[in-house]
Amino acid sequence: MKIVVCIKQVPDAKDVRLDPKTNTLAREGVASIMNPYDRHALEAGVCLKEQYGGTVTVLTMGPPQAEEVLRDAVACGADEAILVSDRAFAGADTWATTYTLAKAIEKLDGYDLVLCGKQAIDGDTAQVGPGLAQRLNIPYITYARKINECTREVIRLERMTDDGYDEVEMDLPALLTVVKEINEPRIPSLKGKMKAKKLQITTYTAADLKADPNCLGLKGSPTQVARVFSPEMRGDRSMITGTVAEQVEQLFEKLEDCLS
Amino acid sequence: MLRIDLDICIGCGVCEETCSFGAITLEDGEPRVDDSCNFCGACVDVCEVEAITIEREEKAARADLSEWSGVWVFAEFRNKRIAPVAFELLGAGRRLADQLGVSLSAVLMGSGLDGHAESLIGYGADTVYRVDHPALAHFTDDAYGNVLEDLVREHKPEIVLAGATAIGRSFIPRVATTVDAGLTADCTGLEIREEDGALLQTRPAFGGNIMATIICPHTRPQMATVRPMVMRPNEFDSDRQGEIIDVIPDANRLESRVRVLRSVMEEQDKVNITEADIVVAGGRGLENEKGFALLHELADLVGGAVAASRAAVDSGWVSYPHQVGQTGKTVCPKVYIACGISGAIQHVVGMQSSDTIIAINKDPDAPIFDVATCGVVGDIFEILPQLLEKLKARKGK
Repeated sequence: MKIVVCIKQVPDAKDVRLDPKTNTLAREGVASIMNPYDRHALEAGVCLKEQYGGTVTVLTMGPPQAEEVLRDAVACGADEAILVSDRAFAGADTWATTYTLAKAIEKLDGYDLVLCGKQAIDGDTAQVGPGLAQRLNIPYITYARKINECTREVIRLERMTDDGYDEVEMDLPALLTVVKEINEPRIPSLKGKMKAKKLQITTYTAADLKADPNCLGLKGSPTQVARVFSPEMRGDRSMITGTVAEQVEQLFEKLEDCLS
Repeated sequence: MLRIDLDICIGCGVCEETCSFGAITLEDGEPRVDDSCNFCGACVDVCEVEAITIEREEKAARADLSEWSGVWVFAEFRNKRIAPVAFELLGAGRRLADQLGVSLSAVLMGSGLDGHAESLIGYGADTVYRVDHPALAHFTDDAYGNVLEDLVREHKPEIVLAGATAIGRSFIPRVATTVDAGLTADCTGLEIREEDGALLQTRPAFGGNIMATIICPHTRPQMATVRPMVMRPNEFDSDRQGEIIDVIPDANRLESRVRVLRSVMEEQDKVNITEADIVVAGGRGLENEKGFALLHELADLVGGAVAASRAAVDSGWVSYPHQVGQTGKTVCPKVYIACGISGAIQHVVGMQSSDTIIAINKDPDAPIFDVATCGVVGDIFEILPQLLEKLKARKGK
């Protein structure tokens, strides 16, 4: 079974915060990590490989330093790693990203299953998985939380819904986006780390993909960022002060107003 | 490409400070741009000497954009009812359509839809495209995607809105891909730009640390998903008139490569936090499960629902369906009482539009006080027990 896992390098969200003085993101010391949901997708891929045999290829689109997450993935059980990297890809929205990733996946020597995290924690769009499946013209399931069975032909699983779950099946090749409930990602093994260190990473450029330049990066993106700004804070705050008893009294009065 | 004209640049470094992505660094007094630039234009706006420009090699518009007209709302139908977010979107869509001077339509699909299209009209739709077919009884990305795609191609709406629910977030990206449309996820604000009627789609980015306004200048439709509980529905008007058009899709467009074997409803919590008028939320400051028990007591006394920050959920004091924020639910109650929540922006984006926000925290500098309408600096374990006593006494009366 040939499994492809799409991963993304993202800033570690718990470190990202707004600098109250400059109103910009305080980014010093913000680590780059593998998108946490992608780590679950990778784990799902490696588990399937261990169960049914096959290979796991990890793929990421990003700047050259995104190589770090590919090595991390190999340390956690992936076999091969592909970096899709070109200045022409910069500024891609999800439409252009899925175009590029699909071109890269089509260049591979076939695949049975493509796995993605449900969304990346920097953009939070959850649009790349479904869009990618559409471009590859394969069926897909989003929010997969449990794989019940997987053969060469068909995969059966549970997908999360807003009020429960659906049991679904689809024929392979297919694409899944996974939620964190699906598994507990492993920690890299020493052997894996050694392998990751030595690994040759294949790089695909725009030319390698024979991609239409009109569909890449900023130019190929139907959406554009018109403006960025800091979230507005409301200005109608009143503070309740005094002794604890006084505070409680005022708070109680306030609540009574609200409750009545 | 982002270009900085070094002949004009005075090396002041304001662009470096402004860039939210850390893409600009001053080297020997000269700004350099790296690959993390996402062309947001913030540096262009702040540069006092206008040394920075974004050069966009514009694609020629693929088609005449004026052919596309009207605002559409996808009305999600699940478990025999229309999802409330559809009515919220009709409220937002009505405002956009009126501003543009176009009609507002809803697309309703599912099986057994009798009587439901009328309610969409009562909430503001001029036209309802009703697709009632047994093959649509269970949601599948293929069938729902094909049907919506065909309708969009046929009727050419300029704007398509859908709820950012599990269903909307799953199949709308597929439709956007097939019709080559720009799609913005999880919008919290939708406006029409006066000059050209473009849809300004505002959403939190970077976990809500910054807000970004997105446009789709060259493609139609302009597509967006919107989180539930962000927009407000209009008042229901049973006298509103509208047209219901029954659509019969081609059989082959209803086929799905995904088969739904079984659909299971899991037990819902007694109170849904997104529908409660009063929400009592706790965070790390409650310290442990025992601290959280105080919150349950408060919720019972004021008739509210219990919610939590991610920290409290991750600590296992309360389950995930109670989580409010970027990775949880968005709530908009009449009263939101935040106890021991510091107010990380990821939490704030999920509750900031509540009518009244009462915050209790021992740290006077906690960011929660920036969004609170009423703040109390103090020890939660002193204040809450006394408040509970008073509320109990009130109830006893």
